[in-house]
Amino acid sequence: MTDITKLTIAESLDGLKNKQFSATDLTKAYLQAMEDNRSLNAYVLETPEMALKQATEAEKHYASGTNRALEGIPLGIKDLFCTKDVRTTACSHILDNFIPQYESTVTANLFNDGAVCLGKLNLDEFAMGSSTENSFFGPTINPWQRERKLVPGGSSGGSSAAVAANICAAATGTDTGGSIRQPAAFCGVTGIKPTYGRCSRYGVIAFASSLDQPGPIAKDVKDCAILLKSMAGYDVKDATSINKEVPDFVAVLGQSIKGLRIGVPAEYRPQGLNEEMAGYWDKGIEMLRQAGAEIVNISLPHTKYALPIYYIIAPAEVSSNLARYDGVRYGLRVDGNSLDEMYINTRSAGFGKEVKRRIMIGTYVLSAGYYDAYYRKAQKIRRLIRNDFLEAFKQCDVILTPTTPTVAFPIGDKSMLENPINMWLNDVFTVSVNLAGLPAMSLPIGLSADGLPLGLQLIGRAFDEETIFKTAAVLEKEAKFERLK
Amino acid sequence: MTIDTQTVRKIAFLSHLKIEDDKIAETEQEFNKILDWVGQLNEVDTSDVRPLSAVNDTELVCRKDEVIEGNQADKILKNAPQEEYDYFVVPKVVE
Repeated sequence: MTDITKLTIAESLDGLKNKQFSATDLTKAYLQAMEDNRSLNAYVLETPEMALKQATEAEKHYASGTNRALEGIPLGIKDLFCTKDVRTTACSHILDNFIPQYESTVTANLFNDGAVCLGKLNLDEFAMGSSTENSFFGPTINPWQRERKLVPGGSSGGSSAAVAANICAAATGTDTGGSIRQPAAFCGVTGIKPTYGRCSRYGVIAFASSLDQPGPIAKDVKDCAILLKSMAGYDVKDATSINKEVPDFVAVLGQSIKGLRIGVPAEYRPQGLNEEMAGYWDKGIEMLRQAGAEIVNISLPHTKYALPIYYIIAPAEVSSNLARYDGVRYGLRVDGNSLDEMYINTRSAGFGKEVKRRIMIGTYVLSAGYYDAYYRKAQKIRRLIRNDFLEAFKQCDVILTPTTPTVAFPIGDKSMLENPINMWLNDVFTVSVNLAGLPAMSLPIGLSADGLPLGLQLIGRAFDEETIFKTAAVLEKEAKFERLK
Repeated sequence: MTIDTQTVRKIAFLSHLKIEDDKIAETEQEFNKILDWVGQLNEVDTSDVRPLSAVNDTELVCRKDEVIEGNQADKILKNAPQEEYDYFVVPKVVE
């Protein structure tokens, strides 16, 4: 039998239904692959007992013909999703002993559909970062060219690396400014950030609540479609989740894109854009034109302000959301002589450098005297960014851009360590989408001259993931990108 | 806009974070670099723009004000660093 960890979810489901292998065979194959790949540091916790138990359950469902949409499919879970009775840390020292007493809605949806939990995946602390270097558990290594020790991207870098290395069938991710799409691009896998409100945020440890959105990272477009269908849906426990029917995303794959209008924004081709990236973008445009789509040049004039306003709005929400880590109800406590001293000792020991930086920026921009100059100003420009997209979508149906300005960079890159803004620039093409609340996917388009993956991004109208999936399927078919085997 | 050492100390206290004395200058410098970078926002005329705080157009719905899950003190206290008699324990705040 060929190595079953290399199969997509769709292929695995066929294999399970046709009894070519059992759910336990599949789970065991992944558990072995995880063990063989521990040097990647993709998992921060492996849950083999839980996985085998769920696999046995899945076998019963196959035997009785009651198999559900993801029956027996082994997944990795980003360690930002609360999993009942399974340690959940956000890869922060402040939560490194936290055992949730409840399940996040998204993981509950997946497990109710029969998915198997292989373990918890690495991320930048509280999802703040673009490389996983901010994890309390140390960085994950990109499975492409392992010896070069490149970052997998972030914050969902454990997820993208695990999917690329075939040590899970697919993974959950979350995306606040690019945290699904940038790591997917760096690892040559596919990931979609759904429309804000499509997936429940209940039980996902909060980073920036007006921007956070869970989504899948998978081996291909179809697997993302299968997973998103399961993850999405209205949830009374999340006041910002939207009560809209979840379409069958798989049904649109393979549909014609003849006459579809593809927007190409001028602002995403700044001077000095990586030539290979620009070349693949042009190739992608040509592939869609050949498939009958109409290419429309569009403008998103406020694009250059997206990153600076993100670094006002996101930290503001961070300073508020992370105020809960006070050493009283859960997580780390470092004693002090007074209550204030205990708070300060706990938070100073528990949070890492980037998290502290963002808490302080957020505290500053929300403080008396600066609120209007920074926070309110940023919220106003956020509306202008959203209006740019609303205008653009009068002329086009979906937008095609690069996902990242570059390929994966080495762990410990000096320019990024010395200046945080250089690290933040990783999200320059992805962050507008979060500010506008739109859905967007990254899929691999090809390799750079030195053999590293590059991704293209498709941005859709709010709640129109279907057009993204339909267009992505065409690009995927034409690009013929070869995953790691 | 730039900030000074005193502001850095004040922000650190408001954030309930400790910055060691030898790190204050570095933090101040870094803060000013970031504030300088976000300063480009002043190029944008926003006099007639309403702030956007939520991307969803839908109204927030109210649920009924009733207990849906109760009586689970043990679960709530499960991760507490210190607890006693079904309460969280904190350092003494009243003399």
